[in-house]
Amino acid sequence: MGIPISLTINGKATSADDDPRTLLVDLIRGQMRLTGTHVGCDTAQCGACTVHVNGRAVKSCNMLVAQVNGATIVTIEGLAKADGEMHPMQAAFKECHGLQCGFCTPGFVMSAVELSGKLTNPTDQQIRESLDGNICRCTGYHNIVKSVKMGLENMKGAPA
Amino acid sequence: MNAPLSGQLNPEAIGKSVRRTEDYRFLTGAGQYTDDINQMNQTYAVFVRSPHAHARIRSIDTSLALASPGVVAIYTGADLPAAVGGLPCGWLITSTDGTPMKEPKHPLLAQGKVRHVGDQVAIVIADTLMQAMDAAEKVEVDYDVLPAVVDTGTASKSATAVHDEAPNNVCYVWAIGDKPAVDAAFATAAHVTKLDFINNRLVPNAIETRACVATYARSDESYTLYTTSQNPHVERLLMTAFVLGLPEHKVRVIAPDVGGGFGSKIYLYAEETVCVWASKLINRPIKWTCDRSEAFLTDAHGRDHATHAELALDKDGKFLALRAQTTANMGAYLSTFASCIPTILHATLLAGQYKTPAIHCEITAVFTNTTPVDAYRGAGRPEATYLVERLVSIAAKEMNLSQGEIRRRNFITEFPYQTPVALQYDSGDYHAIMDRAEKTADVTGFATRKALSVKNGKLRGLGYSSYIEACGIAPSNIAGALGARAGLFEAGEVRVHPTGKVTVFTGSHSHGQGHETTFAQVVADRLGIPMADIDIQHGDTGKVLFGMGTYGSRSLAVGGTAIVKAVDKVIAKGKKIAAHLLEASDNDIEFKDGKFSIAGTDKNIPFAQVALTAYVPHNFPLDKLEPGLNENAFYDPTNFTFPAGTYICEVEVDPGTGQTKIERWTAVDDFGNIVNPMIVEGQVHGGLAQGIGQALLEGAVYDQETGQLLTASFMDYAMPRAADLPNFTVETTCTPCTHNPLGVKGCGEAGAIGAPPALISAICDAIGVRDIKMPATPHRVWAAMQSATA
Repeated sequence: MGIPISLTINGKATSADDDPRTLLVDLIRGQMRLTGTHVGCDTAQCGACTVHVNGRAVKSCNMLVAQVNGATIVTIEGLAKADGEMHPMQAAFKECHGLQCGFCTPGFVMSAVELSGKLTNPTDQQIRESLDGNICRCTGYHNIVKSVKMGLENMKGAPA
Repeated sequence: MNAPLSGQLNPEAIGKSVRRTEDYRFLTGAGQYTDDINQMNQTYAVFVRSPHAHARIRSIDTSLALASPGVVAIYTGADLPAAVGGLPCGWLITSTDGTPMKEPKHPLLAQGKVRHVGDQVAIVIADTLMQAMDAAEKVEVDYDVLPAVVDTGTASKSATAVHDEAPNNVCYVWAIGDKPAVDAAFATAAHVTKLDFINNRLVPNAIETRACVATYARSDESYTLYTTSQNPHVERLLMTAFVLGLPEHKVRVIAPDVGGGFGSKIYLYAEETVCVWASKLINRPIKWTCDRSEAFLTDAHGRDHATHAELALDKDGKFLALRAQTTANMGAYLSTFASCIPTILHATLLAGQYKTPAIHCEITAVFTNTTPVDAYRGAGRPEATYLVERLVSIAAKEMNLSQGEIRRRNFITEFPYQTPVALQYDSGDYHAIMDRAEKTADVTGFATRKALSVKNGKLRGLGYSSYIEACGIAPSNIAGALGARAGLFEAGEVRVHPTGKVTVFTGSHSHGQGHETTFAQVVADRLGIPMADIDIQHGDTGKVLFGMGTYGSRSLAVGGTAIVKAVDKVIAKGKKIAAHLLEASDNDIEFKDGKFSIAGTDKNIPFAQVALTAYVPHNFPLDKLEPGLNENAFYDPTNFTFPAGTYICEVEVDPGTGQTKIERWTAVDDFGNIVNPMIVEGQVHGGLAQGIGQALLEGAVYDQETGQLLTASFMDYAMPRAADLPNFTVETTCTPCTHNPLGVKGCGEAGAIGAPPALISAICDAIGVRDIKMPATPHRVWAAMQSATA
């Protein structure tokens, strides 16, 4: 009953053979044990499960494993450097207190990193509107907006 | 070696915005939330839930489900042993007629009847989650559907009873205050302002849903429960002593990283309790993770008051008296602290920041066929603030006084201040807060901005709210006399290791508040050692001696004080060790900046050397002192703390669409002393978002006929998103708390308490109506404008 697929997660080639109903997020959290990607809802609204699939930020609760055969996936665990130094967006969230309980945070960071290819010198309102796929219950977004602004700025000078 | 930095030079000192220690793990995906934890050989649980608000269970057929692949066990209410109790309520409220509140049994799995949509009927346990989900679909429950009681205001008049024990659905009728004095004041009043309103029901919606992993170990007959809790010790106590009858010392409850709580994770719920019970029966670990739809139906909701309130004023706008009658919806069963929210945490706050000499409030708590209601961020205090501040705002308009002026004429100015509703405020300066808020909000420039809005075809309004909060509910003995069935202290332990590194164990629980940083900052400041040498441990009954947990903005004021007391014991013992080493008298030793020294000399010993001596006690006063350096403290506060603030909100409304845009939000709060301003600002932001959510977007809506929750997903319940909210201007003033050593008051709930009336008053000001219901959706605003001009 399984369907064999192969894909790359955080630079590592891997294969899976799963129940055809398996969601990408369940593969990531279950078989791959990459528990930094979270599940906060069941209607693709909260964005806590956001990962990059072939460079695009997507909600991994909203894709079946069968849809990602051959794909390159990056999760929150794949952002920092090998020596542990945080990605500029992660560092900005820490610097600006853009997180509290941390549960929605990986999704926000993954969404925000993708914005670097879409927004140049965004206004606060543009950042707010660009984050409409992610819900945070703790921060009131004020500091998330600050974080994203700083992260995007710092990504400009950083190697991709 | 460099001398340790002290005072303002030290970047880790109290008062500095130290970046958070816990952030690295959260930002790199290394957090450990309950659903991230797995046990060998674990099973997965799914709960079969009632699709009806009220029904008699005729029969349950599990045969088909039991035959489904991978199913390990299925249990229903009939399988629970007679000795297993219902979920307890932690606060006994006594009605005005002297009878105790009605406490109908809240069974772990429905017995005979279901009483709200989502009520748990059976647990299905299987090898995989999908197998459990598949099998749960095959459990056949035959229901005899009964009429549902849904509406708060009319529940006591319903022909249907949610519980046989409460034929009119009344749980209790409780009152506070001097009614004759209030009535006499109203009889002489120059002006009376009246208001009827609904404080809308909210769904907490922490982004991490509830979850648990329960394991039974045959080796030592012990249980381990990982769960999403704000107070694991309380959860263990209630579960073992009051429900399952298990030995408390054989149950370890661990609440690891928890993804937000806002009150909803205080309570003992059925699901984790059933999983602990069943884990021994099947002798395998059981994992349960709530999905969002279940969370909407089963996490305790917040608010849901129907209120009539009146304020009596003299001709100068001085408040003479306030009276209110509130019906508070308890939902289908009494959740853990449900009964004390509208009473102890609501009616006692009705003095607000004002010298109102006479206050009376009557609370009728009712059962309905809806999800249980309990504390949600603010818990009673937002409802009290909404009541007082909406009355005050309307009274100002009616008496042609400015919003600032009517408040200034009535502010309490002398402390301590005894209110007519039991509380005694220890400190505050409400004029200073108001002055600062009006200046920061540029209230004098409002007329110009309004004129500009009008020119652009928009409407502009200004709204005020001056809230009082009571945090760190205490002391235990007085709370006990008022019906509390739990203590309200906090515990802390400071374990100094031989190398001078320190592990702090706290009974407070962090689920976003940043305790690992704030508490370390406090300890670092007091011990004069770097924060990197301090580790904060919480959330594990196997590590922490005891704890009452985190709620009611109590952690720093109560839990932080317990830690400070333990640190002071460490220092006191360290002085004795240092005196021995320095060959001086105990009384001559001073401790400052991480060094023990003989007063008036430069002879000193660093903290780490004293620690090493305590554990390698070769040169040690063994005749009068035990080795080791490890101290515990329990702290039971002598009073609540009383943060206060004024919020000023400025909105622009589009008359064509009814859309409200928050143009400016000014928050000035007095939280007493502040340890980490960055974290405090973040707490205010988050609270404001939830308060604005209540006023503008959120509301749990039930079908009045069927009792179905119509707003049961993020598609239907409007959670505030980034584009819904403005940037906030957050400032603080300071009158330190007088009765804890840190002088701190608590900041976690302020925003949620103060925000709603400011926003609603601003909208009313903009569109020229007296009142509007929460949430003030564009449709409601537009409709209010149409009827106002009709």
